[in-house]
Amino acid sequence: MGYRIFNWGWKFPSPQQTFQAFYDGFTEGPLWGAIVASLRRLLISFAISIALGTTLGFLFARYRFLDQTFGFLVVALQTVPSIAWLPFAIIWFGLNDTAVIFITTIGATWTMSMASRTGIMNISPIHLRAARMMGAGNGFRMFYQVMVPAAFPHLMTGIRVAWAFAWRALVAGELVARGVGLGQMLQDSRDIGDTATILCIVIVIAIIGTLSDHLCFKRLEDRIMLRFGNIK
Amino acid sequence: MIDIKNVSKTYDDRNRGRYNALNQVSLHVKKGEFVSLVGPSGCGKSTLLNMIAGFEKTEEGMIEVNGEKVKGPGPDRVVVFQEHGLFPWLTVLDNVAFGLKQKGMRKKERHELALEQIKAVHLSKFAASFPHQLSGGMKQRVAIARALVMDPAILLMDEPFAALDEQTRFILQSDLEEIWGRTHKTILFITHNIREAVMLSDRVIVMSTQPGTIKKEFNVQASRPHSIGDPLIHHLERKITDELADELEKVVKGEMGDDYRIKKNHFSGPSSDSMGFGI
Repeated sequence: MGYRIFNWGWKFPSPQQTFQAFYDGFTEGPLWGAIVASLRRLLISFAISIALGTTLGFLFARYRFLDQTFGFLVVALQTVPSIAWLPFAIIWFGLNDTAVIFITTIGATWTMSMASRTGIMNISPIHLRAARMMGAGNGFRMFYQVMVPAAFPHLMTGIRVAWAFAWRALVAGELVARGVGLGQMLQDSRDIGDTATILCIVIVIAIIGTLSDHLCFKRLEDRIMLRFGNIK
Repeated sequence: MIDIKNVSKTYDDRNRGRYNALNQVSLHVKKGEFVSLVGPSGCGKSTLLNMIAGFEKTEEGMIEVNGEKVKGPGPDRVVVFQEHGLFPWLTVLDNVAFGLKQKGMRKKERHELALEQIKAVHLSKFAASFPHQLSGGMKQRVAIARALVMDPAILLMDEPFAALDEQTRFILQSDLEEIWGRTHKTILFITHNIREAVMLSDRVIVMSTQPGTIKKEFNVQASRPHSIGDPLIHHLERKITDELADELEKVVKGEMGDDYRIKKNHFSGPSSDSMGFGI
């Protein structure tokens, strides 16, 4: 058989086995449950990190002092792989959902805050002036009526990158943590040497990542770009 | 209406050090008057406008609008910017209605008012378009509609037609004159274009540079609407051009060194005594 040129033995599953694992996983196995549990964690931490990141970015753009002190720290934190926080998370929260959500959030927040900072700083001053002149004030109304839409192209890039970062951090965290999830399933399959399921989960992760990017974010981005008039 | 008394402004510039953008400028603009400010670049005319609009703080002297000190930007003094400043994420209608929304007006009401103004600048067909779908002249029309819908007492216009081509500019100028005649807003208009200033204004104020001061005032006593053919307009245009030539020389010298001189009334063709060969 062609796929066994290198004679991997049981260490690499055949397409047939993988397909079988897919089938079993979706019909009777824990695959659905794992996907739902993982997505739940992902969405919670994604929402937190988008809100937190946008706010942080806004503060950095608005207050020079913050930008020059904590702004640098954020750049430094961004370079730390979020899985490096897992030991802390385990000590603080234990080997549970909270720990995973924590590191996933950390993985996405910094990118998001950098993107929103750049976005808000690049808003043309003329728009801010025009808005202030027409009575948008300097507070929350200005923020959501002018700053967020004006920074949207940058924010959208940030959201897409943050999504990818969150996905990675999530799987990494789940590999270690207990409970139900795709990462845990990977780990369990390794324990019993079920390579077909491992491959099957890797494929599921890739598909969910691509689909969500393509169906949600890319569409949203394109729609908004069309409005702004910069069609790529 | 607008009272400017002894206003000075200094800037800290990295290249030039501390410099005086405005020095002891005093100006009074009456209600319903159309006043233009002309001057070489860097004479502080935009700074003055920004201070009246409330975008920049007054350090010395004072600016009063309707007897009240200017503290910040407000909907009673609306600016029409050179680069229109429309929000690209809003339709023309929503752009025009933005100011009314900030006042807390209901959606139906503000859309009605906005549509009225959009009609007044002849853009009814484009109410649902986005700014990027419009030409430069149309965008500037939307900007004017957006300003007028606020029903401000004062319109501040910062070189609004500078980025447009000649034909579009010409049409917009006559439209603006018509709008002014209809609404009797007080308009302070900044421009580089002397003809534009003379054609539109009741009064043209020439500013000098380094430091920015008011050099001379010209009253345009031609009948409305001003026409290019009017000899009075021509005469004034010429006088203002001469007045500005000295200022331009100062600017050019500052940029290029002392050996540069703008030659007045100099033309190096056949001399004007010669009647030519064809006779």
